[in-house]
Amino acid sequence: MNRIDVKRRNVLDHRKKQFADPLYKEAQYPHRLNFYATPPTADITLEQFEQWAIDRLRVLAELEACSFRNKTPAETAAHMKPLLDKYLPLDASSSASQLLHAQRQKDHYSHFILRLAFASTEDLRRRFARVETMLFRLRFQTDDSRERAAFVRTLNLDWEAVSDEEKRELAPQLASTITFSGGHGGGKRAPQVLDEDWLKVDWMRVPDLVESRRVYVRAGMAYVPGREQQSMVLNAFTKRLEEALELTARALPRLDEDDRLTPILNHLSKNFIAPDAGYSGSGAPIEGAEITARNIDNLSQHFPMCMTHLHRSLRRDAHLKHYGRLQYTLFLKGIGLSLEECLVFWRSAFSRITDDTFNKEYRYNVRHTYGDVGGDANRRSGGYSPYSCQKILTEHAPGPGEAHGCPYRHFSPENLATMLRACGVTDRAVLEGVAEDTKSQKYHMACNRVFEHLHKSEIKRAKDEGIMTAAQLETIVHPNEYFKRSYLLKNMDGKLHKEKGDVKMEG
Amino acid sequence: MVEAGEVRGLEVSKQTPEPPTAQTAKDEDMCVEIKQESKAEIKLEDLFAGIDSDDDEFSTSGNPLNSKEHRDDDAQNTSIELLRIYYQRFFPWRYMFQWLNHSPVPTKDFKHREFSLWLHNDAVMRYQSYTTSDLFRKDVLRLMPRRIEIGPVYTADPRDRKTFRTASAFQPMAKELCFDIDLTDYDDIRTCCDKANICHKCWRFTTMAIKVIDTALREDFGYNHILWVYSGRRGVHAWVCDKRARALKDNHRKAITAYFEVVTGKQGGKRVNIRRPLHPHLSRSIDILKDHFQRDVLETQDPWKTSEKADYLLQQIPDLKLREALRKKWESFPGRTSALKWADIDALAQTDASATLDPKDLLDAKQDIVIEHTYPRLDTAVSQKLNHLLKSPFVIHPGTGRVCVPIDRNNLDGFDPLNVPTLQGLIREIEAWTEADGAAAAMAAVEVSGSSGQDVKPLQDWEKTSLKPYIEYFRSFVTTLMKAEREAVLKRERDEDDEVPVKVESLDF
Repeated sequence: MNRIDVKRRNVLDHRKKQFADPLYKEAQYPHRLNFYATPPTADITLEQFEQWAIDRLRVLAELEACSFRNKTPAETAAHMKPLLDKYLPLDASSSASQLLHAQRQKDHYSHFILRLAFASTEDLRRRFARVETMLFRLRFQTDDSRERAAFVRTLNLDWEAVSDEEKRELAPQLASTITFSGGHGGGKRAPQVLDEDWLKVDWMRVPDLVESRRVYVRAGMAYVPGREQQSMVLNAFTKRLEEALELTARALPRLDEDDRLTPILNHLSKNFIAPDAGYSGSGAPIEGAEITARNIDNLSQHFPMCMTHLHRSLRRDAHLKHYGRLQYTLFLKGIGLSLEECLVFWRSAFSRITDDTFNKEYRYNVRHTYGDVGGDANRRSGGYSPYSCQKILTEHAPGPGEAHGCPYRHFSPENLATMLRACGVTDRAVLEGVAEDTKSQKYHMACNRVFEHLHKSEIKRAKDEGIMTAAQLETIVHPNEYFKRSYLLKNMDGKLHKEKGDVKMEG
Repeated sequence: MVEAGEVRGLEVSKQTPEPPTAQTAKDEDMCVEIKQESKAEIKLEDLFAGIDSDDDEFSTSGNPLNSKEHRDDDAQNTSIELLRIYYQRFFPWRYMFQWLNHSPVPTKDFKHREFSLWLHNDAVMRYQSYTTSDLFRKDVLRLMPRRIEIGPVYTADPRDRKTFRTASAFQPMAKELCFDIDLTDYDDIRTCCDKANICHKCWRFTTMAIKVIDTALREDFGYNHILWVYSGRRGVHAWVCDKRARALKDNHRKAITAYFEVVTGKQGGKRVNIRRPLHPHLSRSIDILKDHFQRDVLETQDPWKTSEKADYLLQQIPDLKLREALRKKWESFPGRTSALKWADIDALAQTDASATLDPKDLLDAKQDIVIEHTYPRLDTAVSQKLNHLLKSPFVIHPGTGRVCVPIDRNNLDGFDPLNVPTLQGLIREIEAWTEADGAAAAMAAVEVSGSSGQDVKPLQDWEKTSLKPYIEYFRSFVTTLMKAEREAVLKRERDEDDEVPVKVESLDF
């Protein structure tokens, strides 16, 4: 027990700390929300340690899954509610619940346990910070407004209120940043600006508001309407958490620990595997498929729309721009095209350029993608992994003349419909469903809808005959999964003959 | 190696220069990397046009250098020789150093800065760094890069980067916030040129882009030290050099870039998608762009001359009836100019041809069209990453031979990209100067027998040529920048001296 005393925190002046006796102070939780600034100091049992961490992990994993499925905030909230109530309930201070302290303690401790588990690598840290922010946002939104205001006041975020005089002076500019949410008439704007509480902060504190032009910026200061303070609080939360995780990572090697916690922590971090962890079967070709440069045209019938579009653009223009090449090369790598074949493929596809140009301009990039050249880290890890839907949807929106990205997201509805029809989707109901999905930003749903339509009979057969389980047919969140599943479904017969019904799928 | 003093004007052709020194460099240095597109993007046309026109330029210029029969490697060697003269006599080493160093004494800002040198054998040497301006100059003269790029300042000397065990010990720390505008991105709306070609008509797009971005950077973000540089062929670069801008992290760079990005390429669909009411930045930009739209787009570019282009315009008219009325009218007047077509929209909207039309929708649609045809189109990759490299000012564009000169933002309309100093031009100018003025000066010197040059400071070579105004502009830019940095330091010291508890403002940076 003596050993734990060393780690206990106290509230003495930090300069005297190293000489003072560690005093144990019971943590108080005046607010439902927590910025997790102070680590816990009380004793808990090993069972609690593990159980609390697992409960929180369950919530976080589900939250992450929601974001991968592109659920709207409202849907996510509805989906998460029962889970949160079960695993990580947090009642409002006003609820007079007997369990307030226990709930908040569990929330506090589980957060810090997971910090230990997920501080080890850059990747885990980033993901942990992201999902923790999502959880915090969810709770922040559901918090009672008075309690929330009280909580925000304790944070000491340095922002400055805009004076009435300045509000009046900037009224027209400010008005244009708040009226978009409601259909207010022109005459009502000025008083509205004055009613609102405006905060003036360095624009760097609210990059996301600046990015989407939701605030007025002048001379480096952003004028944030009071109701946007959520975004600032969240930013502060992420920033502090990221910094703290960095510190935790540095402290990890010196963790004063016997062999009781480390196995638990390792086990926890291993279980935090989510869809975007990459396409598991990358590089391993599907058995029986001829995956060569020559056969790509033929295989392209199994491609999802994003890759079909790239493929067609490539055939049409005999060229693709940088991100198009990257996205497509990685996909081809993922379906099992070897580096040699891939180079052959690109060389022959870029038919309008000389060998010399190809070798100078493009060969290196393809090889780099496969991890054949480049820095140590790149070579060791075998190049980049194929892009998931998540990545394609969120990174590098295509610009003029670029063909990468996700058609469901980056095409106009008319162009998307034209393209779908060209790919054999003529069913009105499906097209309408797709339009509906894309409008509500459920790009995955649209893509899966098209997949199900194009493979309707095969899926039915696979289910009926029990060749694939429901788990193997769940939502597709990776273009390579789309290809693999499409290929297997369309080639069930061939497979069955060769392997006597023994269809194996990993992942 | 050819010594500095030997290379003088006409004698150049008689020199037999040693083979490019790049080979030896390769052995000496571990940093040779084949260029990699994701890091430093170079367009295909750029390279090829460059290689082709190398021949052209040197054979057609009336330069005595080419009086002999010439072969390809001759052209290559002469170009290296001309480049050597340029780096020795014209390149503003001192001001470049001050610009990047922000102080007269070498600091980490310069010492830890990455330079990357593009050699003539197409290899790229990344992660070069220099402790002083002289070493930088010496190395460039040794390697004769055809292009120099500037990267970020790192936490440590880039040459030592392999000695660190963890990646976090070697991280980019600071770099100017950069923007890149490239006229190829305007191909769908410019009618005069395409690809790498430019003319005075389409250069106007760059001029208006600079006005919009420059104003926003100053007014909205409060940056003051913005250097606009002509990229040598068909675009411009902006270097925002304020200390606050240099320290921006990637997420902030991304935010600023997105703040500026309005014209996005939805495949074939509507390209401008903005919220109403207009953000102050956009309404101000429209104010700036309005006149340009009328003059430089409608009248000069005549973008909707053909019927397909006019169809594209019609698609953006919100009301069906109005659209049909316009279509009918334009079909009966083939070849109607864009300016008249634009006026037709309002004229017909006034009549009862469109009872269902909401005037607000029409206004929005018209604003969108103005923005699509005038608003800056940025190459966002350049601005978003701290460690993105960008071509240095004052290097020679290998394709056009033009010097990448800074553009005076107070005289934007006067800048003529087709008339900036070129490598060959400068060499000719300096030769002409030496023969005429130089001879006269020498005569005078002989007469007064040595008493000359005492009271008059000898002219720098660049002062004798058309490069003069550009370097002078750069010098004054750098001086103002250094002054601001010095004042910031002084202010900090003063604040620390005042025993008052440290104020937030003083720690702003």
